[in-house]
Amino acid sequence: MKAALPKLLLSVHGVKAFYGNIIALKGVDLTINEGEIVALIGANGAGKTTLMMTIFGNPRAQEGAILFEQRDIAAMKTHDIARLGLAQSPEGRRIFPRMTVYENLQMGAAISGQAHFAADLERVFTIFPRLKERSSQRGGTLSGGEQQMLAIGRALMSRPRLLMLDEPSLGLAPLIVKQIFDVIAALNKEEGLTVFLVEQNAYHALKLADRGYVMVNGLITLSGSGRELLARPEIRAAYLEGGH
Amino acid sequence: MEIFLQQLINGVTLGSIYGLIAIGYTMVFGIIGMVNFAHGDVFMVSTFIALIAFLALTQILGATSLPFCFIAVLIGAMVLTSLWSYMIERLAYRRLRGSFRLAPLISAIGMSIFLSNLVYVLQGPRNKSMPPLFNDVIQVTQGGGYDVTLSVKQILIVAVTALLLAGFWLLVQKTSLGRAQRACEQDSRMAALLGIDVDRTISLTFVIGAALAAVAGVLYMLYYGVVNSSDGFIPGVKAFTAAVLGGIGSLPGAVLGGLLIGLIETFWSAYFSSDYKDVAAFSILAVTLIFMPSGLFGRPDVEKV
Repeated sequence: MKAALPKLLLSVHGVKAFYGNIIALKGVDLTINEGEIVALIGANGAGKTTLMMTIFGNPRAQEGAILFEQRDIAAMKTHDIARLGLAQSPEGRRIFPRMTVYENLQMGAAISGQAHFAADLERVFTIFPRLKERSSQRGGTLSGGEQQMLAIGRALMSRPRLLMLDEPSLGLAPLIVKQIFDVIAALNKEEGLTVFLVEQNAYHALKLADRGYVMVNGLITLSGSGRELLARPEIRAAYLEGGH
Repeated sequence: MEIFLQQLINGVTLGSIYGLIAIGYTMVFGIIGMVNFAHGDVFMVSTFIALIAFLALTQILGATSLPFCFIAVLIGAMVLTSLWSYMIERLAYRRLRGSFRLAPLISAIGMSIFLSNLVYVLQGPRNKSMPPLFNDVIQVTQGGGYDVTLSVKQILIVAVTALLLAGFWLLVQKTSLGRAQRACEQDSRMAALLGIDVDRTISLTFVIGAALAAVAGVLYMLYYGVVNSSDGFIPGVKAFTAAVLGGIGSLPGAVLGGLLIGLIETFWSAYFSSDYKDVAAFSILAVTLIFMPSGLFGRPDVEKV
């Protein structure tokens, strides 16, 4: 389906991370190839968000290696990691509440500079026309769905090589969830954007993803193509019961 | 009426100076949640830098143009004071970030004591004075037993303050530096995820706060003509009161709080007792904290989750 020889973009080897004395990641291995959508699913508290943040150096990986385009970024500062081309729409969306939508997007472009700001802004407004309408409104006054659009739009403003999305569907109405997942699919298909998706909404995530990983208690317990994982009875039992 | 008008003029002048210092408190608090107790002493250091720079310019270098001297002293004091503040942040605060909350606060108190004593040792315990400048006075009203006057000094103080605040406002609202500063203030972890160097932005905040305090220092020295190594504490705490009154973290609040504290202090001195003017200013601190802890412009923010 994809290119014959997938090019490795991000790889995580044996990464351990702690919150204080509590171990949150117990040796995680995971790879993301260029052009893929990779989903990481797991229950609340499994360590998914911790892994997202550890890739950005906060908390630091105490053991193991994190390679982005063959370069070990495990000891780099968060802002330097961002400058390599990783962008994140984090858990809770973290919109700057007292900045306008426009300013939030300007912040997203902090590293990509002024040169193609207008073009990038136009692209985000085309993807999420709602943001254009809300452009001069403060981020804190947006609805949850609009905030999620803004968080993704802000991440896109930096022209990332790897877009990381932490629970983009959390707390949103089904219609908006569908809209957001459609956008992710389109970005991947049309622009070849690599996406790392963390989700509790396992059905949607695995359906969208090329490959998936399952995390339990700080460890990857299963991996495979999205379709394979969706078909596995233990996945169905643990994450998909009760419909979708 | 004449007395009222005169106190209004005096109060706005004094309030401008407090407002400039208050911005330093409020910005630093906004971005790292710490009260920089050394900020008043940074202001005091700037008054000495201004005094020394002025004397060096006029006595040693023989500069005679007063406006030139004023601008040169202003810029010199801003640059040197900013450097001081930058070093203080690097040496005394940065390492303690991420430590327990009281640690940088205690370090700031230590830095405050260090600065006032350093100047005490270097410059001696006595008041240092400088020749009065810009002494022309405009008579606003005449006759009627009480002449209301407006000195050129006062006009200069208010004008310089207004000009710098306007520039400062543009910097914070319109430039990418200001945007990064506000982003770090609202969510520094997110700002880092977007590629903002948070440590650098915090340093910048200290530098800007100190530059404005230095402007206050130059104006203060110009206004009173006397400086002393203990002069950091009282204006510092009053400016802090102004920041709390305005709503700590709020920039317009700091300016408005400064003006209010300046006015309250001068009116109190005029109508009650100038011996107890500090009581008036500090009572405001207590009253604000008890009845209105988020201040005038405290954040009634709508933040949906």
